[in-house]
Amino acid sequence: MKLRALITGLAAACALAPTARAADVVIGDIDDLSGLYSDVSGPGATEAMKMAIADFGGTVLGRRIVTLVADHQNKPDIGASKFREWADQNGLNMLIGGSNTGVNIAMAKVAAAKKVPFFPVGPGGASLTNEDCTAYTVHYAYDTTALANGTATTIVKGGGKTWFFLTADYAFGSQLQNAAAKVVEANGGKVLGAVRVPLSASDFSSFLLQAQGSGAQVIGLANAGEDFVNSMKAANEFGITKSMKPAALLAFLTNIHSLGLETAQGLYLTTGWYWDLNDQTRAFAKRYFDKMKKMPTMDHAGYYSATLTYLKAVKAAGTTDSDKVMAELKRMKISDLFTPNGYVRRDGVMVHDMYVMQVKSPKESRYAWDYYKVVRVMPGEEAFGPVTGLCPLAPK
Amino acid sequence: MTTIFGYPLVVVLGQLVLGLVNGSFYALLSLGLAVIFGLMRVVNFAHGAFYALGAYAALVGLNVLGVGYWPALLLAPLVVGALGVVAERLLLRRLHGLDPLYGLLLTFGLALAIEGTLHQVFGSSGESYPVPEALRGVFNLGFMILPRYRAWVIVVSLVVCFGTWFVIERTRLGATLRAATENAPLLQAFGVNVPVLVAATYGGGVALAAFAGVLSAPVILVSSQMGSALVIVVFAVVVIGGMGSILGAVVSGLLLGLVEGFTKVIYPEASNIVVFVIMALVLIVRPHGLFGRE
Amino acid sequence: MRPATIGYGLALAAALAVPAVGVYPVFMMKLLCFAMFACAFNLLLGFTGMLSFGHAAFFGAAAYATGWLATARGWGTLPALGAGVVVAATLGTAVGALAIRRRGIYFAMITMALAQLVYFVCLEAPFTGGENGLQGVPRGSLAGLVPLRSDVAMYYVVLGAFVGMYLLIRRIVHSPFGQVLKAIRENEARAVSLGYEIDRYKLLAFVLSATLSGFAGALKAVVLGFVTLSDVLQANSGEVILMTLLGGTGTFLGPAVGAGLVVTLQEYLSDLVGGWVTVIIGAVFVACVLLFRRGIVGELLALRARR
Repeated sequence: MKLRALITGLAAACALAPTARAADVVIGDIDDLSGLYSDVSGPGATEAMKMAIADFGGTVLGRRIVTLVADHQNKPDIGASKFREWADQNGLNMLIGGSNTGVNIAMAKVAAAKKVPFFPVGPGGASLTNEDCTAYTVHYAYDTTALANGTATTIVKGGGKTWFFLTADYAFGSQLQNAAAKVVEANGGKVLGAVRVPLSASDFSSFLLQAQGSGAQVIGLANAGEDFVNSMKAANEFGITKSMKPAALLAFLTNIHSLGLETAQGLYLTTGWYWDLNDQTRAFAKRYFDKMKKMPTMDHAGYYSATLTYLKAVKAAGTTDSDKVMAELKRMKISDLFTPNGYVRRDGVMVHDMYVMQVKSPKESRYAWDYYKVVRVMPGEEAFGPVTGLCPLAPK
Repeated sequence: MTTIFGYPLVVVLGQLVLGLVNGSFYALLSLGLAVIFGLMRVVNFAHGAFYALGAYAALVGLNVLGVGYWPALLLAPLVVGALGVVAERLLLRRLHGLDPLYGLLLTFGLALAIEGTLHQVFGSSGESYPVPEALRGVFNLGFMILPRYRAWVIVVSLVVCFGTWFVIERTRLGATLRAATENAPLLQAFGVNVPVLVAATYGGGVALAAFAGVLSAPVILVSSQMGSALVIVVFAVVVIGGMGSILGAVVSGLLLGLVEGFTKVIYPEASNIVVFVIMALVLIVRPHGLFGRE
Repeated sequence: MRPATIGYGLALAAALAVPAVGVYPVFMMKLLCFAMFACAFNLLLGFTGMLSFGHAAFFGAAAYATGWLATARGWGTLPALGAGVVVAATLGTAVGALAIRRRGIYFAMITMALAQLVYFVCLEAPFTGGENGLQGVPRGSLAGLVPLRSDVAMYYVVLGAFVGMYLLIRRIVHSPFGQVLKAIRENEARAVSLGYEIDRYKLLAFVLSATLSGFAGALKAVVLGFVTLSDVLQANSGEVILMTLLGGTGTFLGPAVGAGLVVTLQEYLSDLVGGWVTVIIGAVFVACVLLFRRGIVGELLALRARR
């Protein structure tokens, strides 16, 4: 009996694969819908993508726009095989890749093989536009270089000259630390030391005491997600935020929401977008909030903008032919609620202004989700840095 | 400045205290595992999930029902313990008499289901639980700043661990429990309702996990995954202490907290694997654990 | 011809025809790799009665070794695969020697803890690429003769590997060595009293299972072209148990059937139920343990035996 139910379920699952007509423009979204990152992008991002399609009018070049959505469950094999399947069988025209750099690199290989424009929105790994770049990749929203650059430059220039890093002990943590350390030293600051903390440590207090012992002015948190939140909580509890300036190298609005302003106040961080920047962002945020009951993160706005940008490029090119659309994408100016002045560089980075923020104190916060004040708007060229030359498409 | 092995005394003392705090959590969690294993021969893989459930019970209590920290410290374990009793009656009971491996597999599935549900209901980013008013602020110990709440964690978990040990080793109830481990049918013949005893034990062990969950809620992010990595560490702790030994669970929990604390200073990169290395060493020297009997 | 022979013949014919009927070769290859993994795992659980909760360590470590040698060191496909298998065997010997000092649940917990150790090493070691994983592993060619770039060619190689492993496991189980393993599973004390040095048998079974698991992992790295942390994660150890349990422990075909079901579920279930996948996998686990411990193939065999 149980067995039969299982088999019927399975058959139903296979049959349900959405059918697209050849005349449709098919936009896909492969993201973490059920795991660690599902609040930062996840189902909310899918919603933002659909909002963009609705705002565009639901059709382009007279063709219906349809969407495909899948959960990669943070497994690169699932992400890559879904992508390949959609490209071969469902006439996929464009794919947005959500969180998780590992999955996105695997999907980028498929994008190159199947020649499908691919917009990673949410993975931080800068390698997507360096070693792992493709002619079809447009890296949206942010990367680790921009985040570390923004925060570190601003703090060093503001007088925070000596740094100590609390670094998640894996490739990603070292990348964040190195990117920030370079900026600190380039601006006349000094790195006094670093402690490498195992990922998902249950307690950060002893590492924080070591940071405090260094006598540095700034504590750079080269970690993300739950580790970032827990280290920030402990820093607050042990009074370390009183003697050292905390600087987050990768933090999202959802992290600050989890922490609460009492704990997070004074923290410096960099973001590609914030909901409370201007009337346009606020209007989008309100629409989004009505649907999802949360404020959008930079990933959510990035999904909206990426979808819109692709559709505009298709309209301008007059075709969905991948190479022609990519050429148009690299030619056009991007101006919407996400960014007033973005453009796609030859290596695939969508260059746009970044915002260096400081978290407000509970007193300064006047309404729900009023979390950040803008310290500095950093021009895209400065934030994303020069072309590295690691991507064969974009020699130095 | 006084130094120990080249490290300043103040650093060593500070890590000692912090290690004790973490050790207290390990001790509480491994104690619950040991109690359940001792009587039921079930390795409770869902322990970490119940720990998270305890923290969420406190959080929902505060945000939705207006129940504060102090009542939650008692109520959350009771609620979660009751869930444990239900799980035992509905699921684990059916595996009675089978290979204990099935209990491990069942609770593994249960853990996935509980953590998945928490994730679906509360989302992935987690939430913060405020430190109770009375325990805010810090003690200045001279060599370090110790938040009052961390001091409270040490005290209360030692009291609970000792209390549990006392009940099991020194009271009539405990004697009955231990008798049920040795020879359940005989005890049943004496008129003791063994199935109820077993269900209550599982509930009790799970309640200890939930208690640890409430206790940790103010210091770490409350999330659905908060217990999933911890449970493997606690497994190693229990193997080191000797499975089923109450004293072994508590002592090795505290000891490991300390060892881990020192590793964080000497070789921080290894601080999350030191537990497993020690487990391997203990297995080579004493396969039955530090306090285990053949 | 016996019905079993006909069944096998049909299954093989279907497997051979897969690329022709438009089923995804890459998906099928992934499925076969997991089927091999489950079969190798079953050698330990089903035929020796030892539950390892850390088999992802062997699967993942071999995959990383193969992937790294093929990319960073430019090794050929076969030598890289071989080296991956050797890594799994070595790791299996070390873990096994420690773990078989205890039995049953203790054994399970020890393997889990040691696998967690391996996971941390893979997470933090610089050559694994951390969260990015090892990407762009080349498929290369089979000893310079058969280029594996085409999915169809690769598929037949993987299918061949699966059939080879399946036959090998059958051979092992039916050998005198396999009989001793079964004796250990049924009654360890009796096996001892019969004069068998059971620790040596158990260790050998463990190493064999780890080695074959490593082969599956290494092959998966070559097939998909990447290795990431999800291969060494504890969840992967749990999934292989589920595959084996669902299909039928101690049956030859069961683990492969279970692997097929679980991989397909993961790939397509989330389209239907969204984020509830984990909960459903957990529930399937509980249902397996409570309701059909013999697994699908086991229940079918029992049904036939009753007739």
